[in-house]
Amino acid sequence: MNPTDAQRRLKHLLWRAGFGPAVVDWPKTRQRSPQEAWQGLRRLSAEDIGELYVTSDVIRGLFMGAGEFVRVEDLTPEERRERREQSRDLMQSLNLMWLEEMVYTQAQLREKTALFWHGHFASRNLNIVFQQDLLHVIRTHALGHFGDLLRAVSKSAAMLAFLNNQQNRKEKPNENFAREVMELFTLGRGHYTEMDIKEAARAFTGWGFNAKGEFVFRQNQHDRGTKTILGHTGRFDGDDVLDILLEQRQTARFIARKMYRFFVNEDFVPEERVQALGDRFYDSGYDIGSLLDDIFTAEWFYDEENMGNQIKSPVVLWVGLRRSLPITLDDPEAQLLLQRALGQVLFHPPNVAGWPGGRSWLDTTSLMLRLRLPHLLAAGGDLDVSPGDDDDIAMGQSRAGRLRRRLTAELHWEPLFQAFAEVPTEELLPTLAHFLWQTPAQEDRLAVVRRHIHTGTREQLLQSATLQLMATPEYQLC
Amino acid sequence: MLIKRRTFLKTASLAAASLWVPRFLQAYARPDALPMGGKILVVVQLSGGNDGLNTVVPIRNDIYYRERPRLAIKADRALRLTDEAALHPALSGLHRLYHSGDVAVLHNVGYPNPDRSHFRSMDIWHSASPAHEYWSTGWLGRYLDAQCSQKPCPAPAIEVGDAVGLALRGQRRKGLALRTPAELRATTRSAYFAEYAATGAAHAAGEAPINYLYKTMTEAIASAEYIFEKSQVKPTSFNYPDTPLGRQFSTVASLILGDADTVIYYLSLGSFDTHINQPLQHQRLLGELDAALSAFAADLKAQGRWNDVLVVTFSEFGRRVAQNASGGTDHGTANQMFFLGGGLRQAGLLNELPDLNHLDQGDLKFSVDFRQVYATLLERWLNADSAPILGQSFPLLSFV
Repeated sequence: MNPTDAQRRLKHLLWRAGFGPAVVDWPKTRQRSPQEAWQGLRRLSAEDIGELYVTSDVIRGLFMGAGEFVRVEDLTPEERRERREQSRDLMQSLNLMWLEEMVYTQAQLREKTALFWHGHFASRNLNIVFQQDLLHVIRTHALGHFGDLLRAVSKSAAMLAFLNNQQNRKEKPNENFAREVMELFTLGRGHYTEMDIKEAARAFTGWGFNAKGEFVFRQNQHDRGTKTILGHTGRFDGDDVLDILLEQRQTARFIARKMYRFFVNEDFVPEERVQALGDRFYDSGYDIGSLLDDIFTAEWFYDEENMGNQIKSPVVLWVGLRRSLPITLDDPEAQLLLQRALGQVLFHPPNVAGWPGGRSWLDTTSLMLRLRLPHLLAAGGDLDVSPGDDDDIAMGQSRAGRLRRRLTAELHWEPLFQAFAEVPTEELLPTLAHFLWQTPAQEDRLAVVRRHIHTGTREQLLQSATLQLMATPEYQLC
Repeated sequence: MLIKRRTFLKTASLAAASLWVPRFLQAYARPDALPMGGKILVVVQLSGGNDGLNTVVPIRNDIYYRERPRLAIKADRALRLTDEAALHPALSGLHRLYHSGDVAVLHNVGYPNPDRSHFRSMDIWHSASPAHEYWSTGWLGRYLDAQCSQKPCPAPAIEVGDAVGLALRGQRRKGLALRTPAELRATTRSAYFAEYAATGAAHAAGEAPINYLYKTMTEAIASAEYIFEKSQVKPTSFNYPDTPLGRQFSTVASLILGDADTVIYYLSLGSFDTHINQPLQHQRLLGELDAALSAFAADLKAQGRWNDVLVVTFSEFGRRVAQNASGGTDHGTANQMFFLGGGLRQAGLLNELPDLNHLDQGDLKFSVDFRQVYATLLERWLNADSAPILGQSFPLLSFV
């Protein structure tokens, strides 16, 4: 294999199992084989995680009423609005904090997998403490056992609130939670009946959370009767339902298939392959790490049809860009508007099914913004986006007017200079194209780039070529 | 060593320097691109859940007045439509249009198992999915897929705003978002982009993501140019209200008068989520809607285009019948839709007012599935086959 192809395979792994190569490490990283790189990702992602938190104990107490349950109905409208706004501001801080983690952490695999679960266990919630706790659950179990993850998520206040299980009582069952647990979290459509949902909803009655966001089982709201779920009959509670769901081989296949589409290929999913992955996942006792081992060490992972054909999600695009070209933003909060304009705001999935991904990321408007992004950054362009249409959060009290943020950044070129210091100047453009793109560089396209770059000094060449190569359709793929 | 910003200003301006658009892109701008018979659909989304009962007020209904002691609109303030129904006082323009036969109102529109979350219910209205399914394309997007698969469509659907919502997202085709045609063009005008997009033609076509990207890029450049040109042909000289919705309608009018081949315009106004102190906020929003709609109708009538246009309003849900404790109303279910245009076959109130005697846990029961409305618009206004777009057949209505 020639060195270019070998590097492409390495970068394929780094983009899919993480957020792309970090240019500061590139001189070291590029020496590695994909196998070595994979072991490194696994090792570094297994280390203890630090919790990302934006709420002090004081704030936590304020939101939760310091142990005393403050009913939202008891607050004045003004107090409610203040609380919502404070929560929203903190949510934005958490968003930016996680984004920084994705850019800088060595535990790339963990954060990328956490991003997968963030879409799988999609939850929108006005309460920052709930969302923060759910993120911690997801990051903690991202590479652990799916059963633990499923149980912890299902008992999180964020999910119980989002899927209305607080309202699920024996006299008046609410099926939403049971339905989504089966349809979206475990089995997938077509592998259960409406009767299974009704019965499971009865089993989940009484599951709720207290003022601190802790799981509680409310005995007096629980339906103790006999239920029949997926062929099993008994006096089941919520834990039993989750056990029954984990017993189904279909759950492992459903998760394996979804991971395959997220990490390997959105469009072409060989049935036998994902079935085998799912069965090994099941037999491993739902060990997510070993499922990822199976995926990322398989020879087919590097098949031509699986490389360079994934449309980067907005988060992957942005985090990846910041890893290949380090920047310091004058106004970090501009990144929130950027997420909105590009169509993916962390903690705001479009619905409980998460982000649909693939081609749905792009329309003419968002593509043009992506193409203009490198130059907006370099020239300090304005990002001007309407604050919004989020009625679930604004509750009709949205701050009026438009938001305008300047995307001004200091671009740190030194690591790029160093990483490619040995490359002869005439080779610089194709070398950068190989570094920044995952699709083969076509001659006629490089020729267009060549016509539109500064060739004065080596520095100018490298800078303008980098920006122009990022302002292309190719850069949208990994 | 950190490089100063000035260096890049130069680089960036290089990319924006040229006004050149390659000839092949202009091929998109053919006048006969869309054989739609000149019919135009303007969708106005009332985001946040408009309070239907205070929009068309059931002035003879005791339950309405009993359940809303603070919020009910008194019969003598409301603008009379029939003996039973009257409009919110802010809707004076709509009231006039109603009596000139330019308005139809369809009550009790909704869907089975209504969802009270804004974004979920909006999702359902956008995608036209059953309440328990999650579809990632919108009903108008699928219409674009069906209509634009074979022929060039320069800008078949425009959403006036920052982004293309789910309603206009198809599998292969999506609407175009713009705030103004000039702003849109400013984002695509670049010699680099034009030359770069032009290389797409030289490489293999097909369904691969890279080809999709080139196609989208080419389309963006071509449509922006096309839309800008059309907006300059005969810009409206009518005096639109200086509100966000007024400006949106003014943009739409200019494009219609410039004979753009755009079939669908998508606008929105909000937030109608009036949990707290509803009266002032509702008055302001309905006033903005009324002024913009009136101006649009007057403009297009004067220009002889009112018969080609159908304006449709919807909201993700209505609100509960009873007021809440904060001087507002909470999320409800079924709601009315307005239809405006010179081409209505049937004007006035199209069906019965909401039945407040038979509620479902304090909420209105729907009697018309919103997908019947969509099917009707697709079949009878846009001349499209609705079943493949909506996933099943729905009984059609007869207002158009």
